[in-house]
Amino acid sequence: MNEFFKIFIIPGGLLLIFMLLSLIRLILGPTVPDRIVALDTINTLVVAGMILVGAAYEEVIYIDVAIVYALLSYIGTLYVAKYLEGGPKK
Amino acid sequence: MGILLTILYIFLGIGVIFNCLGSIGLLRFPDVYTRLHASTKATTFGSIFTSLAVIVYSFYRWNISGNSKFGVLALHTIVALICLVITNPTGAHAIARAAHRSGIMPKQAVINELKEAKLK
Repeated sequence: MNEFFKIFIIPGGLLLIFMLLSLIRLILGPTVPDRIVALDTINTLVVAGMILVGAAYEEVIYIDVAIVYALLSYIGTLYVAKYLEGGPKK
Repeated sequence: MGILLTILYIFLGIGVIFNCLGSIGLLRFPDVYTRLHASTKATTFGSIFTSLAVIVYSFYRWNISGNSKFGVLALHTIVALICLVITNPTGAHAIARAAHRSGIMPKQAVINELKEAKLK
């Protein structure tokens, strides 16, 4: 491991702690949109953390996984929002 | 070397602080619209800065070592950053619209002018 490993892996660990904080809101959330907002926040933090981990281990495949994860989580968020909005308007 | 470390510390510090503020705002704010406001904007800004740190680091290593792996790392990080910046506000807009259409009001709201405006 080179000297840059620690610089990138410590913010990755901090982002993991922030994901756990958002997970509290995901469990507590009184309404359904609260849970969706918490899930969206966790997805963004996962993408940012995966980029940091990819830079720490110097592996390009983690960045590719982050790209696919960002696009798929976006589709998931849109799908749940569309479901929550209801069917065709009367 | 020294200036690279300074830039990395500044960018990673800004990114981690804004992600932390986003998570705390998600926990502390009273209703869904303010939570959306806190978490989406702060985490998007923070993720832009952590990705910028990785981009600067990759270009520096590519420039020094000439190893093309770091060039690929930088370009893929730029693509991931563009995907994140495009998709994140769009998803937040969809969530807010769905929350409003499913009848959730802001916490201390008295009137609902958006419903009175009869939007199609």
